Amino acid sequence: MDYEVVIGCEVHVELKTKTKIFCNCPTDFGGAPNTHVCPVCLGLPGTLPVLNKKVLEYAIKAGLATNCEIAEYSKFDRKNYFYPDLTKAYQISQFDLPICKNGYVEINVGGKTKKIGLTRIHMEEDAGKLVHQGATITSATGSLADYNRAGVPLIEIVSEPDLRSAEEVLAFLTNLKAIIEYTGVSDAKMEQGSLRCDVNISLRPFGQEEFGTRAEIKNLNSFRAVERVINYEIDRQTDILEDGGQVVQETRTWDEGKGVTLSLRSKEDSDEYRYFPDPDLTPLVIDRAWVEELRSSLPEMPMAKRKRLIEEEGLPEYDAGVITSSKVLAEFYDGVRAHYGDAKKTSNWIMGELLARVNAEGIELEDIKVKPEHLAALLTVLDKGEINGKIAKEVFAEMFNTGKEPESIIKEKGLVQISDEGAIVAIVDEVLANNPKSVEDYRAGKKQAMGFLVGQVMKASKGQANPGVVNKLLAERLEQ
Amino acid sequence: MTLSRLTIHELHEKLTSKEISAVELAKEHLHRIETIDTDVKAYLKVTADVALAQAEAVDKMIANGEKIAPLAGIPMALKDNMCTEGIETTCASKMLENFKPQYDAAVVEKLHSNHGVMLGKVNMDEFAMGSTTENSAYFATKNPWNFDCVPGGSSGGSAAAVAADLAVYSLGSDTGGSIRQPAAFCGLVGLKPTYGAVSRYGLIAFASSLDQIGPLTKDVTDAALVMNAIAGHDHRDSTSANIAFPDYTAALDGSVQGMRIGIPEEYFGEGIDPEVEAQVRAAAAKLEELGAVVEVCSLPHTRYAMPAYYLIAPAEASSNLGRYDGVRYGLRANAKDVIGMFKETRNQGFGDEVKRRIMLGTYGLSSGYYDAYYLKALKVRNLIKQDFDAAFAKYDCLITPTAPTTALVKGQNQDPLALYKGDICTIPSNLAGIPALSLPYGLDSKQMPVGVQLLGKAFGEPQLLKVAYALEQNTDLTKLKPNQGKGL
Amino acid sequence: MITKEVVEKVAKLSRLELTEEEVAVHAEQLNKILETMDILKQIDTDGIEPLAHVLPIQNVLREDEVGECMPREKVLSNAPEQADGMFQVPKIV
Repeated sequence: MDYEVVIGCEVHVELKTKTKIFCNCPTDFGGAPNTHVCPVCLGLPGTLPVLNKKVLEYAIKAGLATNCEIAEYSKFDRKNYFYPDLTKAYQISQFDLPICKNGYVEINVGGKTKKIGLTRIHMEEDAGKLVHQGATITSATGSLADYNRAGVPLIEIVSEPDLRSAEEVLAFLTNLKAIIEYTGVSDAKMEQGSLRCDVNISLRPFGQEEFGTRAEIKNLNSFRAVERVINYEIDRQTDILEDGGQVVQETRTWDEGKGVTLSLRSKEDSDEYRYFPDPDLTPLVIDRAWVEELRSSLPEMPMAKRKRLIEEEGLPEYDAGVITSSKVLAEFYDGVRAHYGDAKKTSNWIMGELLARVNAEGIELEDIKVKPEHLAALLTVLDKGEINGKIAKEVFAEMFNTGKEPESIIKEKGLVQISDEGAIVAIVDEVLANNPKSVEDYRAGKKQAMGFLVGQVMKASKGQANPGVVNKLLAERLEQ
Repeated sequence: MTLSRLTIHELHEKLTSKEISAVELAKEHLHRIETIDTDVKAYLKVTADVALAQAEAVDKMIANGEKIAPLAGIPMALKDNMCTEGIETTCASKMLENFKPQYDAAVVEKLHSNHGVMLGKVNMDEFAMGSTTENSAYFATKNPWNFDCVPGGSSGGSAAAVAADLAVYSLGSDTGGSIRQPAAFCGLVGLKPTYGAVSRYGLIAFASSLDQIGPLTKDVTDAALVMNAIAGHDHRDSTSANIAFPDYTAALDGSVQGMRIGIPEEYFGEGIDPEVEAQVRAAAAKLEELGAVVEVCSLPHTRYAMPAYYLIAPAEASSNLGRYDGVRYGLRANAKDVIGMFKETRNQGFGDEVKRRIMLGTYGLSSGYYDAYYLKALKVRNLIKQDFDAAFAKYDCLITPTAPTTALVKGQNQDPLALYKGDICTIPSNLAGIPALSLPYGLDSKQMPVGVQLLGKAFGEPQLLKVAYALEQNTDLTKLKPNQGKGL
Repeated sequence: MITKEVVEKVAKLSRLELTEEEVAVHAEQLNKILETMDILKQIDTDGIEPLAHVLPIQNVLREDEVGECMPREKVLSNAPEQADGMFQVPKIV
């Protein structure tokens, strides 16, 4: 039988605040273990939480950017469970009155646009980190707890079970990640753990209304893992169903090395969190004027930007997709275009030269040294014919490595294109004198000898000669 | 007449007039603790070095002609659920036997900045769960009036210490009557402030939405003086009220002329000892005689307070006490894996009453029962608050018994439900968050003190202090000392 | 009516290990206590808001400004067991 796959995602995003959600400890990565800890995030008896205003602001911004309703009234609840990475034996989270609900994210798959519903977005605190003393959690002899991450602010974004393929999930995550990044509330980087994803997957026969039993796979930290997990689960669940078995509702974990999902715990253990309103935190009544202020502070969102690049800038869909997938790239594009007129050339250079070098060097987009106005300047001199394409790439390489302006690189290296016929004629004559065989070949009808001679002139001019002028002068001399 | 019998305001005068020194005063208390506390057993930890250093500093200030705060140089005791940096804070539990907090509670900071003198940490029911101080994991405290009786609880160590003149005053905490009931049992003034009046930062939580710190003192003026020092907004406690706090001594004018006082009939029903009832009615009559308008009134949902409380408080407690898991501080039992360690630690660390309340609270919050129990209790809580709102639209203050009986006999309190029922007079004000004061008012036929409770609207402490002060000024029944030889 | 099984489940959730005898005692006591709670069923609370906070305080927020952390020795000062600047626990599974 053919089954339809039904997928929902829970995405945890770490907010880019300076301090933790309920205390003044810094959220910076990289401190020695247990050095970003105070009595509050250590959960010492008698300590109390106080909400970081920025966390609320960022959660609302994330909600607005994903078309959510922002709650008039919201509150925090305690999610009670025991685990050594949790300092209070409860996580402060939100249960029945999340800060945002009923939103959506648009995706574009196979040329079709689809809205993926968001059930809710809520605020919560992260747990600490356990270092297992052994190769894996199961073979470890013990564990060590570091609470630097305890209390780092998170938002959890819960999607509706609207996704129907791995491709849709990846498109959803890509767009969601871009949206979050655009709002500036998080770095949203899977590799660094500031964006983590749980997926709920079930199968049902095509045409069936009700959902099948789902498995939840926790803590996926790369797009590739998400794709592999979905494909693995589709196979696993299909096998079970085809053998007449039943999928168990459970939480599973992804073993990257073995490429399989493994059962963590069954449902009955996991859903007894005994949520209740946290008496230590006061309710939130959200001021509408503030919400509107935050709404108007949001930048253009990726889908809107993508549409604009296609419709107004005339970029191909592919180019628009690549450029808007990252806030940094999109801003870079706009930065170039502010000083330079050709949209397609801008896109070509960003997708070609810039991204090729970023990928080759393995650097982050944030760390690009080239300034957009400098790329605009480079393209302008290229268009004017002051340099040729080959030189332009050379200059760009230098810009990429040093962040210098193109003008100064061109000047320093003496790379300005020579179009003065008088200067080029001398080189042409010299090349002709040094290559009598090629001259002979050309005159004997082997027209391809021309290419070799052009190359020799360009080489002799260190690439600075205007190739058009070189061609013209060579042709004149050879026809004589 | 020994110095230790005196009140804060009497001692303050002697200190500022240089009749006595703070060190002398501290030493007298420390000596008394050494000789008498072997019987009373109020203290879990005596901090003599700290007390003497603090007293010396006050003497220096006085010698330098500096003006000192009313609490400066006055020896006091802290209930052992308030965090003191580097000094054992056990909650009278095996779980926190060697726990030395890494920080001071907000009230401790305040007492330090007022140059108070800390004699030590006093006994309580484990994690403040109980009403006899027999639930301490270390030892039971005796009632200084009669060593066969309990001092009440959970702030029983606080009450016994002050009643036995082993401290001039003490801070207790009150979740369902834990300041007022021991104050009543030991013949003291006990005030549970409005929820949000005193910072809970550093108070080891029992039930966060109900807990409040307050004073146990020898008279009403002292209660006002301690409130002046400890009340106030604290940005570290989100539930702390951000309002202008009054000078509580300003209310002490001795007049109740024209005040409207209600007697809620529901507080005089089944289970109330007739001798207790008689004293409360006598106090009401006295107020009428002094010019107050006294009327019978009704708080119709009172009977639902006890069940609502015993759902809400254990639920919060079950969550608050989860952190005692053996990982970061406190007791750690050995086991082969983490889950085993959690269970063994909690099994060894918690006493029976604590376990019972954790079980009850966990049950009430678990799926399938939440709506019927916890949520229902929160709705009933609202009805109880509405009762008070309606009453305080008509009355400045209500008068009731503090506890159904005078001090219970030791060792006869094994039925948890019977003890829970003993909280019926004190619980409703915790649920509603309103202030409540217990004032001694005469003795029963067993020569044990009776407590009269005054209830006020939120932040109505000044009215309560005013009424209590008027009674204190106009009768001999409020200033009582153990004197019949069964105790001290 | 709270059964032995319910008591065992609640004990497990509470991370308490009860002996068979204790389970029986807790079952009996919890049942007695919960019986007294039954009078709550008599009150009609339709339309009554649950009261989680007695004071009308809302939106208590702090600014996102970095404060002081504890020195690590202090963080670990009460640790029952520690290693490499972290809290040591037995194996998880």
